[in-house]
Amino acid sequence: MQSELSVRAKSLPALLPKWLRDDRKIAILVLAPSIIAVAVFIYIFMGWTLYISFSNWDRPALDLSFAGLKNWQRLVNDPRFHIDLRNLVLFAVGYMSQCIVIGFLLAALLNERIRGEVFFRTVFLMPFAVSAVVSGTAWRWLQVPSAGINLLIANMGFENFRPLWYMHPKLGMLAITIMGAWQFSGFVMALYLAGLRAIPDELREAAVIDGAGTIALYRHVFIPMLRPVTFTAIVLTGAGSIGNFEIPSIIGTGPGFATDTLGFYMFEQTFRSSRYGLGAAVATFMLLLSIPVVLPYLISVLREEKE
Amino acid sequence: MSWSRLLAGSTKYAVLIAFAAFYLVPFYVMILTGLKPLEDISSFEIWNMPKSLDFGSFREAWNQMDSNFWNSVRITIPGAIVSTFLGSINGYVFAKWGFRGSNWILFLFVFGMFLPGQGILIPLVWVLQFMGLYGKVNGLIMAYCIFGIPITSLLFYRYYASVPDELVDASKIDGCGFFGIYRRIILPLSGPTFAVVGVWQCTRIWNEYLMALVVLGNPARAPVTVAIKNFSSMGVIPWNLQMAAALIASVPTIAVYLLLGKLFMRGLLEGSLSG
Repeated sequence: MQSELSVRAKSLPALLPKWLRDDRKIAILVLAPSIIAVAVFIYIFMGWTLYISFSNWDRPALDLSFAGLKNWQRLVNDPRFHIDLRNLVLFAVGYMSQCIVIGFLLAALLNERIRGEVFFRTVFLMPFAVSAVVSGTAWRWLQVPSAGINLLIANMGFENFRPLWYMHPKLGMLAITIMGAWQFSGFVMALYLAGLRAIPDELREAAVIDGAGTIALYRHVFIPMLRPVTFTAIVLTGAGSIGNFEIPSIIGTGPGFATDTLGFYMFEQTFRSSRYGLGAAVATFMLLLSIPVVLPYLISVLREEKE
Repeated sequence: MSWSRLLAGSTKYAVLIAFAAFYLVPFYVMILTGLKPLEDISSFEIWNMPKSLDFGSFREAWNQMDSNFWNSVRITIPGAIVSTFLGSINGYVFAKWGFRGSNWILFLFVFGMFLPGQGILIPLVWVLQFMGLYGKVNGLIMAYCIFGIPITSLLFYRYYASVPDELVDASKIDGCGFFGIYRRIILPLSGPTFAVVGVWQCTRIWNEYLMALVVLGNPARAPVTVAIKNFSSMGVIPWNLQMAAALIASVPTIAVYLLLGKLFMRGLLEGSLSG
């Protein structure tokens, strides 16, 4: 039986031309289409985007003539770009801190042998299963300034506290961070929970025998040991902040672009106003911004896997 | 002592329950609003229970978006199957047939995955137009297959790297070649990973919005995520329809998540490189 199978396995390479009988070459050949697809659709496309950012293409008809730094100058002088940069900082700070603090807190609580852990875990991660478009749609309704959550707040007796949420002309972006964190903090919780579960029990017991209380245990044992998870969470939420697009697309850019993002600005300039050169400059800027966020992380993961 | 322990214990549960409410409220409000007819919709009654069960909004939303829903199905299933299969064969090459520079290629695959999609949109539209696939379902499927390669290859690579090399070497001695080993050793071990990657890809493709909006903006051909956006761009916002539409669009992924939560969780941990 065994020998019969191996004879059949041999017969296929025997039919192939000689240069293809080497399994290593077959392996490379099998991978080749994917390499080409990724090289073209990711890396060449990015280079192409960079090139378009130096072109005169600012109408529907294709125009790749060289324009020098025209688009980049236009970008740097566009007040909307300045607002978007400010919004990015506001969003990143609010979103990253919420995801990491809430994610860590919930993971730490769930790690305490909680009754109903499966229920809580399932609920916390459920928003991650739906599209960001759904998050934007539901929260837009909840954050209507004249009603929504504000009704609940008023019913609790804080009638003078009426935040404008995403309609706030300066801090609207912080309302958007809630919609983002609603989706992603459960993901961060799952990362931390897996990290906590990977810490050996002996370590905890040893620390407790040494007289460490819960807070000391977290400060001196768990949080340092979870540093790689925190690094992952920072990179994922950081990259997510730069690419933020869905929510402004659903709820709009707000008063004075208070809830606009680079991603949405790029989309509008390119596909609504046909300013391809300017859109490409925004896209290139987003890429350049992402590289220092992502690269150190990947290098550290790669180094770890080699060990 | 026991009092303080009781207090600490109940604080824990209070915090957990408060956050459970935070995560559930949007779903609750979507269901509540979706069950009301348009004339009962007022932002001041957002928290009130519907006067009677009325599925009219769901029916109306479904009538307006059923073709989008089926478009999403038509896009998600082939996209997920093709990209999962590609990931399996690529992961096999990366893990068991590594050649000089193959680690770098995998690194570049993964690096590209973390960069914002805006960086490739303009050339993507240009190339799809050139291929006659712009505005077509097949164009979007092709894009999802290609942009799915990095994550699926990575997920399979990480699993196959844990398959002992001795198994592969032993079947080489038995005379198996590249495809023989894949079929006889690797594939039979891959069932769970296929499930994890398949679930992950289905969810990601179903929920994707940016590329769908750019490539398939046409309301008739658009997938559900774009259809929700179209509901919210109407002059007077029909909140009931919007909530019903958002809920309908979420049903498949939530069902998958609730039924196959473990697979979902594994994809999440492996995909963030921390599994």
